Amino acid sequence: MSHPSTYKPGTGIEKWLDKRLPIIRMGYDSFVDFPTPKNLNYWWTFGGILAVCLVIQIITGIILAMHYTPHTSMAFDSVEHIMRDVNYGWLIRYVHSNGASMFFLAVYIHMFRGLYYGSYKEPREMPWILGVVIFLLMMATAFFGYVLVWGQMSFWGATVITNLFGAIPLIGDDIRTLLWGGFSVDNPTLNRFFSLHYLLPFAIFGVVGLHIWAFHIPGNNNPSGVEIKDVKKDTVPFHPYYTVKDGFAIVVFLILFAAFVFFNPNALGHADNYIEANPLVTPPSIVPEWYLLPFYAMLRAITFDIFFIPAKLGGVITMFSSILVLFVLPWLDTSKVRSMRYRPIARMWFILFVIACIALGYLGGKPAEGNYVLFAQIATAYYFAFFLIILPLLGLLETPKPLPKSIAESVLKNKADASAGAQPAPAE
Amino acid sequence: MQNTAAILFSAGAEISGATIPMTTTDMKEDGEPTRRDFIHIFGAATAVAGAGAVLWPLVDQMNPDASVLALSTKEVDLSAVAAGQAIKVMWQGKPVFIRHRTEEEIREAEETPLASLKDDDARNDNISGKADASDENRRINPNYMILVGVCTHLGCIPLGTTQGENRGEYNGWFCPCHGSHYDLAGRIRKGPAPENLEVPPYEFVSDTVVKIG
Repeated sequence: MSHPSTYKPGTGIEKWLDKRLPIIRMGYDSFVDFPTPKNLNYWWTFGGILAVCLVIQIITGIILAMHYTPHTSMAFDSVEHIMRDVNYGWLIRYVHSNGASMFFLAVYIHMFRGLYYGSYKEPREMPWILGVVIFLLMMATAFFGYVLVWGQMSFWGATVITNLFGAIPLIGDDIRTLLWGGFSVDNPTLNRFFSLHYLLPFAIFGVVGLHIWAFHIPGNNNPSGVEIKDVKKDTVPFHPYYTVKDGFAIVVFLILFAAFVFFNPNALGHADNYIEANPLVTPPSIVPEWYLLPFYAMLRAITFDIFFIPAKLGGVITMFSSILVLFVLPWLDTSKVRSMRYRPIARMWFILFVIACIALGYLGGKPAEGNYVLFAQIATAYYFAFFLIILPLLGLLETPKPLPKSIAESVLKNKADASAGAQPAPAE
Repeated sequence: MQNTAAILFSAGAEISGATIPMTTTDMKEDGEPTRRDFIHIFGAATAVAGAGAVLWPLVDQMNPDASVLALSTKEVDLSAVAAGQAIKVMWQGKPVFIRHRTEEEIREAEETPLASLKDDDARNDNISGKADASDENRRINPNYMILVGVCTHLGCIPLGTTQGENRGEYNGWFCPCHGSHYDLAGRIRKGPAPENLEVPPYEFVSDTVVKIG
């Protein structure tokens, strides 16, 4: 939250710099003596985890670009060259490819946390909106990166996704040709995807800066959803309390990461991507990486025309709307109570929403036929109903539980409940 | 901003000693636009036009380049393709299906009632304007059905050209990605694809040599 600066430049150099470019002061006020709610739980550590993920992807990515060749005749071989010939190339590539999965795992948890605790509500609309922008950039970056491998799934995934733009009325074909730089996915496409795959992470980096800036104005939300009333009683400085807590969570997360990299590095990938791209043969089934499956399921769930909108365009609109709806979420949710801890009915709908998202992920990996389509349609309908019907109505209909008066009170109450009042809470 | 402008104006008035209007609005007191308004609008319009002129090359470079366009036609000799056989050739980075149809297959395609088609447009680049999707409108030489082998759903390559592949319920082509069935004239009959397979622009250079593109 905005707070008076407590930074005191120590050395002469710091004093000199502080008058000219107070960058150390900015870092100190933002990440050292930043008043942070004292009740943040482990769901709040995923912001730090995501920052680590981004840095890992950028560092490994820059290294991979030193050994990779973005040409249709050499791309696939250069990836195998990285795996077999380059010193530690196997490690760096596996960290990068599994890193993408870890990045999405963390971002999904981070987003569900924001949903559950109402972190998108006034006055934190901007951090949420910027977060959705980051999510979109992440999906674009991951898609471009997957194409660079130039395996069968790379090529056909790129073909399917670029063909989505062909569904746009009137200008669709021209846009598709513009994206391809030709009449199909080919060398020009690979080259521009490489260029953009290198660019977008830095765009993400910039928006992450805005994201942090934006939530540092009102300060962090917290599990009680109650605003900070008294900085002394309700908050602790970010360092050392949350640097240590985040640090611990990051280490645990990196253990999971390392387990994938070292023991099952291809578990999350598709075997067909170890076959070089062939424009004349389509694989038996085309599926995206696991983290895009829920959206793929929504794309394929629309098998019927909606009035004058053909099914194909309807699927594309549905898929993009599933993310665009997140932008207006702060204005769709009518409840003033942030945390679903105090919204028993909303919490049940939320759990159902998480189940629907996981179900969509499962169905996106299945063939689009029979009951799979039906279930995908039901889950898609629920996904949109949650945002467009349930959240707007619940705010008006639901009676929330009484809110604690302050963060301090909610913490002390939890402590008292836990120890049944046996001993007084130690001063924090 | 207004204050700054007022200060600038008044300073100017003092130095020159001349009387100039002290107004900071865009209009003269009688409501007429001033020369300054004109310069602002003209300047902004020029800047927008300039930005557009700079932007266009940056966008257009993404369109197919000369080397891609140079490969846009292809000649194929069909003399080795016997009736009942089909081949796949590359054209513009995409496969083109050429099926040498048997008499029976031609008859089957011709006798399909138009009412049973999902897409009634010929989708034939050799026919300008609207035409129905009868077999006659989908071909030049009835023996050879020539089609762009890209599913109109999401761009997969349908099966059915190579011997032994699944040709779908209508004996033409079958797209394994999302289950679209095409008939012997490449017309969509069942599944999610919205349109018939595209007929590329082509002409017969001789009886058995076709130039695609």
